[in-house]
Amino acid sequence: MFEVFQFEFMRNALAAGILASVVCGLIGTFVVVNRIVFISGGIAHSAYGGIGLAFFLGLSPLLGILGFSLAVALVMAGVNLRARERADTVIGVLWAVGMGLGVILIDLTPGYNVDLMSYLFGSILVVPRSDLYLMVALTGVIFLAVGYFYRDFVALSYDEEFARLRGVPVARLYVLLMVLIALSVVLIIRVVGLILVIALLTIAPYITERYARSLGRMIVLSIGLNVIFTMAGLALAYRFNLTSGAAIILVAAAGFFLSFGLERLRGRPVRLEARARDAEGSLHVPSV
Amino acid sequence: MTDTETIIEVRDLWFSFNGQPILKEVNLAVQAGEFLAVIGPNGGGKTTLLKLILGLLEPSRGAVRVFGLPPKKAVGRVGYVPQEIHLDKHFPISVLDVVLMGRLRHAPGPSRYSGDDRVAAREALERMDMWPLHERQLGELSGGQRQRVFVARALVSKPSLLLLDEPTAGVDPAHQSDFYAFLKDLNQTVTIVLVSHDIMIVSAYVHSVACVATQVFYHDSPEVTPQMIREGYQCPVDLVAHGLPHRVLAVHEED
Repeated sequence: MFEVFQFEFMRNALAAGILASVVCGLIGTFVVVNRIVFISGGIAHSAYGGIGLAFFLGLSPLLGILGFSLAVALVMAGVNLRARERADTVIGVLWAVGMGLGVILIDLTPGYNVDLMSYLFGSILVVPRSDLYLMVALTGVIFLAVGYFYRDFVALSYDEEFARLRGVPVARLYVLLMVLIALSVVLIIRVVGLILVIALLTIAPYITERYARSLGRMIVLSIGLNVIFTMAGLALAYRFNLTSGAAIILVAAAGFFLSFGLERLRGRPVRLEARARDAEGSLHVPSV
Repeated sequence: MTDTETIIEVRDLWFSFNGQPILKEVNLAVQAGEFLAVIGPNGGGKTTLLKLILGLLEPSRGAVRVFGLPPKKAVGRVGYVPQEIHLDKHFPISVLDVVLMGRLRHAPGPSRYSGDDRVAAREALERMDMWPLHERQLGELSGGQRQRVFVARALVSKPSLLLLDEPTAGVDPAHQSDFYAFLKDLNQTVTIVLVSHDIMIVSAYVHSVACVATQVFYHDSPEVTPQMIREGYQCPVDLVAHGLPHRVLAVHEED
């Protein structure tokens, strides 16, 4: 198995897989606890418009995705802040428009037939070195931003109203979170493709949320799980000649159902309620 | 603390949401050292009034002053215990981290908690008898324990005014009376506004009662008297029995 590392494309694939796992574990944790999975899906799918635009204008596809995702993320943040009750509709529309626009723009690009599948399902085996550098830079930016505002992000995710009272600039941080999701999408599209982005962002954090005592631990555990999913998926793809992105996601999905199964076997995860000093029931009595 | 200082002043306040009036012509003054219970029917505007005092909502008309300032400038001196029902019980956050939230400040630079913040958080948790559980995840605690964590979070910034929104929902009656006794003790140094529906218990501890049902009726009673209990008790009981806000208004209009 280890002979695969003599190929540069395989070393690059592993590096890209690990970078995507790390970023997804970090940003995915905030996506899951803030319940913004649908927005993340919208940003990812509408990125297709960016791919179309890049080919139509003859730009680098990653640049196109970056610009388009950022624009869509800002629009979605604005809609979600101003008219939250209609936000899901707007997200759905942007989702569809982005993809439609991408296809039409590529239709209109003369004499060039892009391998769209590689953007839909990822093409981790052909990640060039230059893309790796960009991914490293983006990962660094994302980590710096989250690290700098970590407490504020935790407060905003747990209790937005209280955070606002303590002077946390909630709206601005919310926009920043959207921007970071867009940056992550750019990073992840290479690896698993835009259709499968949501899975890598959400499955590991969803599994770890029930076992982690803090967001920090949830992030670390999610990164670990993502690395396992990505490496196992890559190995299967290599061994059985499968599409790598889809293999990674199916491994993650297997982990998802396995965690459900384990939970069933063990009953609910063992919370320490019984050891608590006064262990009365924690049922909410609805206020009269 | 001088007993003449007005801590909260609400003048001719109106608040509408989506064209629906939630609060009308509200006038209210809360003095330093007061322990005010805010009671009234669901949807009567109790929580809205609290959020206006906190500056989380802007009045459609009228003004709110807290410590003589617009609410947003005064929040540093205000502690707030929200209705817990809106929070995700299983959110992965430790007791200590919840309390540290009360020390967040809007300052440029990376968000870090200082040693002082940690000392203050420990003191607040010790005061609520919750320090031994500070590493627990919030979902591992009972309703009564979580309530004490939220009070610790509100007290960690050493506020002079404490606002609580239905803090005893989900807490069993034995712990509720302990809790009210604690608030009464706390009231020696902190002005308290408590939104509650169980006026029976509350009336034994508070100084005054504001009944909120679109309009606000203030019952000023420096001591706990049978009359105060009767007046404060009147409106929620009618509502619990019949759910007709208009009956409450009618009762008050007859006064």
